[in-house]
Amino acid sequence: MSLLSARNLSRSYDRAPLLGRGRPHRVLDGVSLDIAPGETVALLGRSGCGKTTLARMLVGLDRPDAGEVLFEGQSLARLPKARWQDLRRTVQMVFQDPVGAVDPRATVGDVLAEPLRNLCGLSPAEIRLRIAELLSAVELGPEAVGRYPHQMSGGQLQRVCIARALAPQPRLVILDEAVSNLDVHLQIRMLELFAELRRARGVSYLFVTHDLRLVERFCSRVLVMDTGRIAEDAPAALALRSPAGRALQEAVLPAWPLAGRLPPVGDLCDPSALADRRQIAR
Amino acid sequence: MSANHLTIEGLRVETIDPQGRTALVDGVSLTLHAGEVLALVGASGSGKSMTCAACLDVLPPGTRRVKGSVSIDGRPCTATDLRGRQVASILQSPRTAFNPVRSMREHVRESLRVAGGGADAWADVRQAMRDTGLDDPERILPLFPFEMSGGMLQRMMIALALISRAPFIFADEPTTDLDLIVQREILDLLDHLKGERGLGILLVTHDMGVVARLADRVAVMEAGRIVETGGVMQIFHAPHHIVTRRLVEAHLSLYRQEPAA
Repeated sequence: MSLLSARNLSRSYDRAPLLGRGRPHRVLDGVSLDIAPGETVALLGRSGCGKTTLARMLVGLDRPDAGEVLFEGQSLARLPKARWQDLRRTVQMVFQDPVGAVDPRATVGDVLAEPLRNLCGLSPAEIRLRIAELLSAVELGPEAVGRYPHQMSGGQLQRVCIARALAPQPRLVILDEAVSNLDVHLQIRMLELFAELRRARGVSYLFVTHDLRLVERFCSRVLVMDTGRIAEDAPAALALRSPAGRALQEAVLPAWPLAGRLPPVGDLCDPSALADRRQIAR
Repeated sequence: MSANHLTIEGLRVETIDPQGRTALVDGVSLTLHAGEVLALVGASGSGKSMTCAACLDVLPPGTRRVKGSVSIDGRPCTATDLRGRQVASILQSPRTAFNPVRSMREHVRESLRVAGGGADAWADVRQAMRDTGLDDPERILPLFPFEMSGGMLQRMMIALALISRAPFIFADEPTTDLDLIVQREILDLLDHLKGERGLGILLVTHDMGVVARLADRVAVMEAGRIVETGGVMQIFHAPHHIVTRRLVEAHLSLYRQEPAA
């Protein structure tokens, strides 16, 4: 059975200007998907295509106008209260903007303790131990515990959010552009961490991104979204066929600089640039 | 308005910490020329953004610039001289860089106040907006940030940078929050503006793909210091420093490619 499924989800927002009449804008238009245990699915698409709305709906943060989300076969619309706690523990999400995702008045220790206390019912001593493990898993030092969000860089804070999502040992993690603003070493390290958890505990991932370079490395299936619909469901071999998929593929940044790109003329104060120039000119 | 080069010399930024002072930027010197893109790259926390912030005196609380100077064509400049006059900034997150309760027109007015535009200032504004791909300025100017996409906002931020007539631009991760397709458009736009208007762009990025697309020269930072500077071809094809080599290797591994040598 699928861990989490979407059946024909649709959602419109009112695009209400400050004055005048709003017109509804359809963000999701009959979206269906299934995520099986241990599966890593990429959800690709341009910004505004509905990826984030879909992700939020899958964890119950937003409700569809039509269609339903099923958690282990049970519709979220009819989920008994006790099962919500299961859902929260089983399915975790990392949001795109780490600054908006944490309480600015809480220390990193408080941020990580919250799911451990509320979802796992651990004792204070167990919580301390687990926080230390989590911080080291995301390559942050133990001194981070006492830091406030404003004392950390965006990349450090994003890793705090990743640690928070992993804290209750979820079976599915929804990563909404969760590694986009990390540098490349950390991106690779985080993907290795996720892959390790997939091997060890069969964790599934929904990897929402626009960066195709990471998808091939990490995902087994690719969904391409375009204007609220699933445009393509492909194996991660990444020969995308839909127009939306191909447009994304063509926009991938170059691996190498264009040949013959010279440092600008007149750069007399920088000997290394001059040396390059001579070398390339030769 | 026309300036040839902006020079940063011996910049040092420290934390203000009761336990002692830590250097976040340690003796950084750089020269940015008009008409070039100089990429400042390095791991997160290496001091790239701090370097820009220190020049413009917009460091986050708890940090301060203790040493260093910035000059334009050899003339020393204070941060106030630079900010919005000699150096315009393009920030990473267009969503939070704009005031949510002000329209684009009000943002333009604010920029014009600093730039001191003349009678034809609004004609220049419309031209700057068209140059950045905002084809219908009259439709866009009354809009508030929430009514615009991230790509439109980022174009508007670049238009505001052009309106300031500053010869240099500090662009801190200008495309990190944008989708691939908009990213490509914005990078094309910056490349075009560099040529067209002879802007000198200091590009802070962690993405070597962005560097490959846009940079002429590259400065690599680690732990607050610049460890290597070179032309973009040299940095990719013959990196000297171990940090640069690792950066290029990690980047190429995303493409499943091996380093050149």
